[in-house]
Amino acid sequence: MKLVAAIIRPFKVDDVRRAIADLGLQGLTVTDVLGLGQQPVPREFYRSAEYAIDLAPRTKIEVAVDDAVLEPVIEAIGNVARTGQKGDGKIFVLDLVQVVRIRTSEIGAAAI
Amino acid sequence: MQYLTDPSSPGLPAALWLAAGGLALAAIAGAALFRPSLLRVVRNTSRWFTLPVLAALAVLLLPALGFAQDAATAAPPPTPNKGDTAWMLTSTALVLLMSVPALALFYGGLVRTKNMLSVLMQVFVGFSLITVLWCVYGYSLAFTTGSGSTSAFVGGFSRLFLKGTFDWQTGLSLGATFSKGTPMYELVFVAFQATFAAITCCLILGSLVERIKFSAILLFLVIWFTFSYCPVAHMVWFWAGPDAYTSPNVVDATNATAGLLWQWGALDFAGGTVVHINSGVAGLVGAFVLGKRIGLGREAMAPHNLTLTMVGASLLWFGWFGFNAGSALEANGSASLAFMNTYLATACAVLSWMFAEWIIKGKPSMLGAASGAVAGLVAITPAAGNVGIPGAFVIGLAAGVVCFWGVTGLKRLIKADDSLDVFGVHAVGGTLGALLTGIFNSPDLGGPGLVTDWVTMKMGYPGIWVQFLIQAKAVGLVIVWTAAVAFVAFWLVKLVMGLRVSEEEEREGLDITVHGERAYTS
Repeated sequence: MKLVAAIIRPFKVDDVRRAIADLGLQGLTVTDVLGLGQQPVPREFYRSAEYAIDLAPRTKIEVAVDDAVLEPVIEAIGNVARTGQKGDGKIFVLDLVQVVRIRTSEIGAAAI
Repeated sequence: MQYLTDPSSPGLPAALWLAAGGLALAAIAGAALFRPSLLRVVRNTSRWFTLPVLAALAVLLLPALGFAQDAATAAPPPTPNKGDTAWMLTSTALVLLMSVPALALFYGGLVRTKNMLSVLMQVFVGFSLITVLWCVYGYSLAFTTGSGSTSAFVGGFSRLFLKGTFDWQTGLSLGATFSKGTPMYELVFVAFQATFAAITCCLILGSLVERIKFSAILLFLVIWFTFSYCPVAHMVWFWAGPDAYTSPNVVDATNATAGLLWQWGALDFAGGTVVHINSGVAGLVGAFVLGKRIGLGREAMAPHNLTLTMVGASLLWFGWFGFNAGSALEANGSASLAFMNTYLATACAVLSWMFAEWIIKGKPSMLGAASGAVAGLVAITPAAGNVGIPGAFVIGLAAGVVCFWGVTGLKRLIKADDSLDVFGVHAVGGTLGALLTGIFNSPDLGGPGLVTDWVTMKMGYPGIWVQFLIQAKAVGLVIVWTAAVAFVAFWLVKLVMGLRVSEEEEREGLDITVHGERAYTS
């Protein structure tokens, strides 16, 4: 089992959710984060104070997947979240040691 | 409804009405003391019973206000015009609004989330503190005749606790306006000026936010209000009134009773010197003595809510009509001119600040537009009834650009952490406005001129250069006076109780460490 953590642009969240749902996966976790990568850094200024806003708002979507669907999920998320501009984000794949469905206490693949 | 100057109050002798009013008040006080039981009664009592009872109580109370007239004999000479009184009461409320919540929100939105309540608290409580001090001794020091060699600098104590402004037999005392034979209720003037004193003191807070101790603020304001605000107000605005100028042979003696800067002939319609230069310079001195905020230049200190800052600026604009047009003391042509000048100059300043920022920084910002508005309002304050429409255009457009420099280039030169740019906007804008007032008062530049002879009320103008020099001298004196008082006051407070909160408190935020509250819970 793997945990796919995709850090994407906030306006891409709905597209990514649809892409994941089309693959038959239902559960996911969404978090608002700040990210720093290769994106251009905008300046904000308030009277004489100027700030380089290097941490940009992004959204993290985490979804637990079976190894069998890992590659399709990565490809689907990547295709949908890509704009071609710097700052599109990253997909991290982590090894998932155990999953438990709290309501039924199912574990493993049955709990995904 | 009987008013105090109406001598024809009907019916029962005064004592009975007093007793009825007193009983009603005792009933209300008793109800307040026994709240829980009253709440139970109220919940179980039909509103159709309660409302008529409350109405009857109110009717009982009102005539108690009119009882003074039973003892009145002859009707007094001119009485205040009802339109003037209505306008001045409204103006007073408008200026109150400028402090709470306008200034509180304008400043509050500019600080970080963790310090929002501390700013609201400092303005709200500072406003109340100065109001009380004004009514105890401030009004007396500013607006009564002084004695001896200090009379040009400060008044006396004849109006301590506002003694003499109200008497149950003779009613409210009267004060002068700028027209002969046109009195106003002195208490209205007291109230109006109280709001000026209070907002001036609250303006200073902008330089000190996010690191000053709350107790230090309170002590500093008491000292500075007493030794800077009241004397400067006296020097600029105190005079005997037009009715004292009965003939040419009393002119010199009457002039000598007035404040020093009034005697010099300095023009300040609503407080360019008294309010803005006074507070702006004091704020800068405070910023120097207090020191910079921890992390300035390295950590982000961006405004946490520019939406509230815009709301604050808009309410300031609204309230400022009371500040400037109300300073005419009558609902007349002068007030109307002041109103329009205030409106126009501010709009001009919004545009000129915005365009300056657009050109120099690349983008027009909401903070810039809001700051431009305040700069325009500040600059037109001494000028409001003293210049014509051409003056409003010039002063407004100039204020936007000059004050933009004041908060950017000039601020970088000065290097103090004047956190919310009190000096850059109020001192710089007030100075600009005060100087341009002298110039644009000229009839050749569309101005109304000034009264050169209070006996005949003849209008004249001493010439652009002469008036400009008078303005410059007045500005210079105020700057030196307030800087000196502020410096001593800040250092005194620093020695007595310290000015800054501890480093941990500053990092944690003043809201939770000083006031035990959070502004926002989510």
